[in-house]
Amino acid sequence: MSTTWTAIGLAAVGTFAMRASFLAAAHRLATVPEWAHRILRQIPPAALAALVLPALVRPEGTIDLLQPRLAAGILAGVVAWRYRNIAATLVVGLGALMVLEAL
Amino acid sequence: MRAGATAVAPMLIGVVPFGLVAGATPVANGLGPEAAVGLSTLVFAGASQLAVADVLGGGGSAVVAAAAACTINLRMLLYSASLAPYVADTRLSHRMAAAYLLVDQNYAASITRWVGDDGRRSRLSFFFGAGLLLWLAWQLCTIVGALLGSAVPEELPLDFAVPLVFLVLLVPAVTDRPALVAAVAGGGAAVLGAEAGAGPLAVMIGAVVGITAGVVAEVIGERRP
Repeated sequence: MSTTWTAIGLAAVGTFAMRASFLAAAHRLATVPEWAHRILRQIPPAALAALVLPALVRPEGTIDLLQPRLAAGILAGVVAWRYRNIAATLVVGLGALMVLEAL
Repeated sequence: MRAGATAVAPMLIGVVPFGLVAGATPVANGLGPEAAVGLSTLVFAGASQLAVADVLGGGGSAVVAAAAACTINLRMLLYSASLAPYVADTRLSHRMAAAYLLVDQNYAASITRWVGDDGRRSRLSFFFGAGLLLWLAWQLCTIVGALLGSAVPEELPLDFAVPLVFLVLLVPAVTDRPALVAAVAGGGAAVLGAEAGAGPLAVMIGAVVGITAGVVAEVIGERRP
């Protein structure tokens, strides 16, 4: 088997194992102990913020607060908070970014 | 199923250009279109697919490429743990199918919907509707990207759609003070981690630091009268 397909196969098995891990054991997790529930509750805010913030404050690979992506992101954040609507947030965020980049 | 597909449909604005890049990158790195399709069908996780193409294109070994991909996908462990209690009463085969389809977008859409629902309507049906639409779009874009090369014009900053989608889902996830602490600490730690050279691992560092901070904030909040 070639290097390429070995890599793809290993990456596929490893990724599926991580995705399946807790889902495979879910029937034993029907009653989650309180300490585990504490941890699980914090996963969405922590993970989503970890995905969002670097894209806003270091789009080019170093921290830079005076660039259009942070400004457009803050504006989009206000829309997201007010309307909770993905389409509206995308239109405002991408629109603001294009306008700011054109200035 | 339809509700899930409807929930993620606007996210395709970000998924489509990313999928085109995922199709074009392995070809640009000399791995051929069949490797692009293999990555999208077997691995099905955008950033890690680019990492495999990048490592192999640079002459790296299969083990290094796969290790890079798995490092980037470590957050799937957290998603799996986060979703599992909500689908505890479903069949194992269905949960394994869900695991195959699990990505950032349908994780975030599903957890947002399932928290506080009464559990009467089928949760997995929502998840599969979201996951299958994302899967189909991803495979089509991979094929188009692999055949045509990346044809997305540079002036359209569509890559920015990806963090914007997570931003919309982040807002309702910040439900109380511990969640706010988790978000601020998680985002901050991810930025600092990336700044320190953690690369794709920065997201996982941010998530773990954020979760820890959120738990600590909750415990402190409960002790205070």
